[in-house]
Amino acid sequence: MDQQHEQARVDGHARTPVATIADEHRRNGARLDSDLARQAAAGRTVRDDAAVVFDLDDVTVSYAGFPAIRNVSMQVRERMITALIGPSGCGKTTLLRTLNRMNDLIPSASVEGTVRYKGADLYARHVDPVEVRRRIGMVFQKANPFPKSIRDNILFGPKATGMTFDADDLVEKSLRGAALWDEVKDKLDSSALGLSGGQQQRLCIARAIAVEPDTILMDEPCSALDPIATGAIENLMRELREHYTIIIVTHNMQQAARASDMTAFVTTEVSHDEDGRDRRSGRLIEYDRTEVIFGDPRDTRTEDYVSGRFG
Amino acid sequence: MTSDVRGAGGPAVDLRAGSRRLGEKLVLTLLWVCAAASILTTVGIVVILFSEAAGFFREEAVSLRGFLTGTTWQPFGGAQGKFGVLPLVAGTLLVTVIALLVAVPLGLTSAAYLSEYASPRTRRILKPVLEVLAGVPTVVLGYFALTFMTPLLRATVGQLTTISVFNAASAGIVMGIMIVPTVASLSEDAMSAVPQALREGAYGLGATKRHVVHSVVMPAALSGIVAAIILALGRAIGETMIVALAAGNLPNLTYNPFEQIQTMTAYIVQAVQGEAPRGSLTYESIFAVGALLFVITLLINIAAARFVRRFREVYS
Amino acid sequence: MAVSTPERISRDAVQALQAPPGRNRSERAFKMVLLVTTGIAVVMLVVLLLDILVDGVAFVTGQRLLQYSSRFPDQFGFRSGITGTLSLMVLVALLSFPIGVGAATYFEEFAPQNWFTRLAEANISNLAGVPSVVYGLLGAGVFVYFFSLGRSLIVGAITLSLLILPVIIVASRESLRAVPRTLREAGLGLGATPLQVTWRQVLPQALPGILTGTILALSRAIGETAPILVVGALFSRRADNVPWDINDAFSALPIQIYNLVSRPQQEFQAQVAPAGIIILLVLLLLMNSIAIILRNRSSRSN
Repeated sequence: MDQQHEQARVDGHARTPVATIADEHRRNGARLDSDLARQAAAGRTVRDDAAVVFDLDDVTVSYAGFPAIRNVSMQVRERMITALIGPSGCGKTTLLRTLNRMNDLIPSASVEGTVRYKGADLYARHVDPVEVRRRIGMVFQKANPFPKSIRDNILFGPKATGMTFDADDLVEKSLRGAALWDEVKDKLDSSALGLSGGQQQRLCIARAIAVEPDTILMDEPCSALDPIATGAIENLMRELREHYTIIIVTHNMQQAARASDMTAFVTTEVSHDEDGRDRRSGRLIEYDRTEVIFGDPRDTRTEDYVSGRFG
Repeated sequence: MTSDVRGAGGPAVDLRAGSRRLGEKLVLTLLWVCAAASILTTVGIVVILFSEAAGFFREEAVSLRGFLTGTTWQPFGGAQGKFGVLPLVAGTLLVTVIALLVAVPLGLTSAAYLSEYASPRTRRILKPVLEVLAGVPTVVLGYFALTFMTPLLRATVGQLTTISVFNAASAGIVMGIMIVPTVASLSEDAMSAVPQALREGAYGLGATKRHVVHSVVMPAALSGIVAAIILALGRAIGETMIVALAAGNLPNLTYNPFEQIQTMTAYIVQAVQGEAPRGSLTYESIFAVGALLFVITLLINIAAARFVRRFREVYS
Repeated sequence: MAVSTPERISRDAVQALQAPPGRNRSERAFKMVLLVTTGIAVVMLVVLLLDILVDGVAFVTGQRLLQYSSRFPDQFGFRSGITGTLSLMVLVALLSFPIGVGAATYFEEFAPQNWFTRLAEANISNLAGVPSVVYGLLGAGVFVYFFSLGRSLIVGAITLSLLILPVIIVASRESLRAVPRTLREAGLGLGATPLQVTWRQVLPQALPGILTGTILALSRAIGETAPILVVGALFSRRADNVPWDINDAFSALPIQIYNLVSRPQQEFQAQVAPAGIIILLVLLLLMNSIAIILRNRSSRSN
């Protein structure tokens, strides 16, 4: 495999192979001793040989000409859970929405740099955003089931994308995949709006699975849920990891530490434009294995953030 | 409590309102009277319509049942007249159905375009144009129906069938165009109120824009759209000048849109211009038709308000 | 993946991410259908205005503005319609503006949450849906006969005022609601009574919006035909003085237009009527322009 694909790049730093960083940390031992670091270190297998799904090279996303997040270079690997953490307003959601061209829906948004998805430039001229979103599903911060029946919510995507499918099979498979089947199998034709918040969010995950994507983007999927519902979603994410690549934006560090394999820390940096005015935009500070980010981060800003001294 | 305060700082501060507040009370009462004026209007409408209509039904020549089920409307014969309101109701319905056939598709597609596709600039131009259309006096639209739409229909459809000078079709078509802004503006409000999260949810599943518009936005805005259509229906039923000028004055129980008919509103206009002294059967019949018109539009308004409320409940 | 070179992957993937054939076309077709159907209403408006201009513009002359009605098409003038419409406009403004703003102020600033307020609010939204011809019946039954005011200018004005009152109330309430709460609190914090705050702070702020709404409502009133036809406006009313006695009989432009259009003589229907329509539309255009200027000025100052 191409040498480049084995590197986890961090903006501005020399490109260091993942394995080397991990070895170094094993030698030094975790510097941070916290609950988060222990959770992050708990039994986790990061496949160093996993294929690269997203390859971002110097990506800057701007709204109306003002960068919301800039100069991001990173690689996201297959069948792992990659968490984007950072203080609110740092641009992590913007970065996530760049990965399935959701930002196209905002007229003033523009993307510079290249975003490669399995080698294909997502922002090439001939690429159809609808096809992109078919392959790269998304679950949103607030559960947004359609005001239709549970069944129709599941079948919406397959119908929209013109898949051929067996409705009953697909509904059951998707709901089982989202660990919701047993709770709703007797009321598939009742309104999705009657479900609890946690059930609605799992329905949205089931809905995303139904179009058979290979990647699922999750934008703070648990921020509106209680701890029990959150636990259910996290368990589900671990199961989904067997088949899907998952990228999750979260401001909950516990969640990132518990659930993710890789973690990227993004924060807001103030820079000055030509007129000397402050411009705030997000920067990727550090991207590494979750246990490194929470146990032995290289950047002091990351350390301050994960140890609660910032944000 | 009071004695403590007094003990601490001499006589208690007088916190009662000064006498100038008396004038304020008067002004407030005046404002209340203004607010009550609209209730008086309704009371006035109800009392005048139903008292005159009651007089009408006390006459020997008419009965409430005969009025509501009779199929002949010959109101100018005095005691020999026939007062079956169905031809007027049918005429009203015929014109209204034609109007809605024009206004609902045009209004809904305009709303979908304005809410989902149009750039802010296009919206800034199109919305005032639609407002202008809604503001054209109906007597002008009646002129347009009679002198433009009818000749147009006769030159085209007229090759296939006979179209009389006064007909339900041209009045209905022009009325439909008139109520496009009503349908469009309210439906657009309803579509714009559909949360962006629902659209994003659908886009996130790989839906195309067209699919999002007709499978997510329009169903989600349905109760608002229904309210818009019901309100448009109310406007069509109550519209007077277009039908008075272009649809004719022949109470005619027909489904043929190219024949002359008469609506309830057109009858009122026709009758008040003729000889109808107060207390006469014709005079009272005007109010009976007016009362029926009022009841129908009231029911329609109540239905529309219910749909609007349901829509607000879902997305508040 | 191991067997493919990155370039190969890239080419395959790019092809796979393209829209299937026909989809972009059907998406564009859908948008075109929406655009075209939206355009139909606009086109009809343009056709309507052109039709009237073509029919009538040659017949709008100075004498049409200054002369009274006549049996002869070439001598027909809209003087009584114009003076009647202007008189109605002034009277309707005097009647409906204070009552409408008073009611709006009551609802927005002072009304307690009780059954009366709820009833009055529900009532206003229902009144907005009552057909205008029914207001005519109200005017005829209550004012012409019950109060014995006859078929007079004042009855026409009262009828039209009642018709547009709900519109003025709704527009004024919106303007009042747009005044920031902090402004009210600032006044109240300085010891002003709620009424003083309303009169000195809130109403002046809301005034441009209220005026815009009122002018638009007035332009609706003077375009109305059915209500004043029912209360007995006349086609022709000779009078020498303007303004008229409010107890005197009256005419109005829409009434004259209605009458001319219903005449069998071709000259009246096809030449004089569109000339009257043009005069009416110009009047409405003037009023709407004033309203738009007011609205723009107030939105710029905010």
